[in-house]
Amino acid sequence: MPFLAQASSFSGSVDRVFLGTLAVCAAFLLLVTFFIVYFSIRYSRKRNPEPVDIHENTPLEIVWTVVPLVLFLAMFYYGWTDFRTMRNPPPDAMVVEVTARQWAWSFKYPNGRQSGELYAALGRPIKLVTRSLDVIHGFFVPAFRIKVDVVPGKSNFVWFAPRLLGDFDIQCTVICGVDHSAMLSKVRVLSEEDFKKWYFSDEDAPHAAAPAAGSPRKTSALELLGAKGCLACHSVDGTPMVGPTLKGLYGTRHAVLFKDGEREVAADEKFLRQVIQEPDSAVVVGYPPVMPPSDLTEAELAEVIAYIKSLRDK
Amino acid sequence: MSYLDRQGGGLLSWIASTDHKRIGLLYLALMTVFFFVAVGIGVAMRLKHLSGGDFLMTAQTYNALFTVHGVIMIFLFVIPGLPAVFGNFFLPILIGAKDVAFPRLNLLSWYFFVTGAALAVLSLFTGHGPPDTGWTFYVPFSIKTGTNVSLAVLAAFVLGLSSILTGLNFITTIHRLRAPGMTWHRMPLFVWSLYATAWIQVLVTPIIGITLVLVILERFFNIGVFDPAKGGDPLLYQHMFWTYSHPAVYIMIVPAMGAISEIIPTFSRKSIFGYNAIAYSSIAIAGFGSMVWAHHMFTSGMADTADFVFSLLTFIVAVPSAIKVFNWTATLYKGSIEMSPAMLYALSFVFLFAIGGLTGVMQGALGLNVHLHDTYWIVGHFHYVMFGGTGFAFFAALLYWFPKMTGRMYAARPAYAAWGLTFTGFNILYFTMLVLGAQGMPRRYYAHLPQFHDAHLVATAGSWLLAAGLVTLFSNFICALFRGRKAEANPWGGITLEWTISSPPPTENFAEVPTVTAGPYAYNPGRPG
Repeated sequence: MPFLAQASSFSGSVDRVFLGTLAVCAAFLLLVTFFIVYFSIRYSRKRNPEPVDIHENTPLEIVWTVVPLVLFLAMFYYGWTDFRTMRNPPPDAMVVEVTARQWAWSFKYPNGRQSGELYAALGRPIKLVTRSLDVIHGFFVPAFRIKVDVVPGKSNFVWFAPRLLGDFDIQCTVICGVDHSAMLSKVRVLSEEDFKKWYFSDEDAPHAAAPAAGSPRKTSALELLGAKGCLACHSVDGTPMVGPTLKGLYGTRHAVLFKDGEREVAADEKFLRQVIQEPDSAVVVGYPPVMPPSDLTEAELAEVIAYIKSLRDK
Repeated sequence: MSYLDRQGGGLLSWIASTDHKRIGLLYLALMTVFFFVAVGIGVAMRLKHLSGGDFLMTAQTYNALFTVHGVIMIFLFVIPGLPAVFGNFFLPILIGAKDVAFPRLNLLSWYFFVTGAALAVLSLFTGHGPPDTGWTFYVPFSIKTGTNVSLAVLAAFVLGLSSILTGLNFITTIHRLRAPGMTWHRMPLFVWSLYATAWIQVLVTPIIGITLVLVILERFFNIGVFDPAKGGDPLLYQHMFWTYSHPAVYIMIVPAMGAISEIIPTFSRKSIFGYNAIAYSSIAIAGFGSMVWAHHMFTSGMADTADFVFSLLTFIVAVPSAIKVFNWTATLYKGSIEMSPAMLYALSFVFLFAIGGLTGVMQGALGLNVHLHDTYWIVGHFHYVMFGGTGFAFFAALLYWFPKMTGRMYAARPAYAAWGLTFTGFNILYFTMLVLGAQGMPRRYYAHLPQFHDAHLVATAGSWLLAAGLVTLFSNFICALFRGRKAEANPWGGITLEWTISSPPPTENFAEVPTVTAGPYAYNPGRPG
């Protein structure tokens, strides 16, 4: 595509098919337009008051049936060869699970490391396996020319091998609710060395190998909120979003709709635990009932609640 | 005594009329209102993109607007447009009949249409707000969302009934009511196109009916047909939806092609080039067009074999459309061309439809589709087909047949000015969308990333020109209704049957049933038509 980075191994060949088909199509269009304009002028009523009645010409009909058919089949073939490559990931590709929910992305690596942005090593193929927690989403990285629908109950895949360093936009492409256009993230393509550093820097990851370099670092609660998609709807600085902000939330009283009716309760540890684990069982009045249940471990849950507490006085 | 003078002008003489011509005008009036509502919504959405972030409206409102824009345009204007207005009005006249085969059923179709339209309007103002799913109502979002999806879907269901009955009526009319001597190969091409369209309407519309009922059942009773947790499959919905909605694209475009095939010969003063090729390519489109639906689903994760087959068929269905384009162009050769406003719109149709068709061919290539799917490229592509194609053909048909329908002539200058504005604005708006899509701008986005901003501004500016052109075009028609000079019976020198009767036509169309002795475009009577 013009003006769009060719950041994956497919980009070049997809763009060649784009430009090739564009050239053929533009030639068709120019040809037809030329004749329409030329005939309109040459055979205008003023220049040509007496029409010649011509009904048909079979050889001509055959030519303009067969020629487009052949060209179209060629386009089909080149489209198909590209697609075949996209559908056959190399066996050594690193498998990353991408989880979509309204309205956030989360990525889980083979060693258990999780993040809200997709980290990749230059040149190293990654196979993304999809999972949706609610509705259909679309995973789209324009710079990589890849897209796959994230369908609930179905595991789709897409793969890529990045060929440029840098950050590339991830956008959701299937309408998934009010914040569809805010369901964005980034692919961060790092050098092999930087990627390793990032990959092994999470000592919480269940299968983390010895850290390569630098000091080991725990995933902070804020990073956890990012990785689990919480920050798509809850701000930590008071900004109004789809759900209540976490800033100053702890201890405040709210009208809450429980299964058995509406009550006012304080946002204490017990309450937070309940809404995080079973969001449907308690919905704060004034907010839509759209929060999905989370898969936080007990340790992670404690850490998140501690963090929300710490935001009380800020 | 014309059909307009009959029994005074009381309201009842219109809404209880079984006259195909009056019913055609009823459709035209209601559709024009809905068309402008949806145009207004389109302009509002473009205004939102003057800013990348929060501006003018909330994200929820924006999502409702693109859904309502799509629902109105697709179900209330583009699908029924040419068959319901010009098909109703001209099909009987073009084959030398007094009315359609079932005039009362025809009136019932109109009432289903009105009911569907009323339900669609009702869905905007009741329940928990207008639907926000896009006109495609993809599950599971359309089942989970709290907005008024059920009523909107019911509206589409009722509109489907109207479409099926009209199709049935037209098929029977064409088979049974042709005047003596009106053999199949002497039928005007607009009739051929209505015939192909009517079969699609009758055969595939029930599928969308079933699908929409299932959505309502899911919403109220959680039956689980589309729910993976209960063994259902969300992709089943997409297959069922597109099994109708892709052929529906041909319901939209084929009658438009038919109208163009009437206009070009009249203003070229000669026979259409390749009558058989154009007639049979309509049937080929109807046939192949029913087997390409899953090209809307190449990224959905269906089997690679299905991707292969549907892509291949997609390229094949492009061939009959290409054949039509070449034949229209060849019709101009050695004609005596009058560049009337109707002809100008008709030739613009060929150009815009060609862009729509060719961009469709490009995105049919699998590897490329992965990148282009669900972006502004798609939005640009289908507006070139639906608006540049069907919309411009609708305007061309209206400019062509308006004098016959109303007995009034419109002013030519404003019509040319309207063409300049619509054609320029259209291309600025939608070509820019193609560029945006190729660069990765997803569709149905309230907010957009900064790299897309400049192009969004250009597109929005185009929407203003386009809207100004549409207002000019229709104001001119409305002025003509009240102040236009009387139209002659045959202002364009056409030779199909509608030009042999007065403008506006008499109630019974023909004082005496005509006997047809030549083809529809026999400008040179010395030769067999």
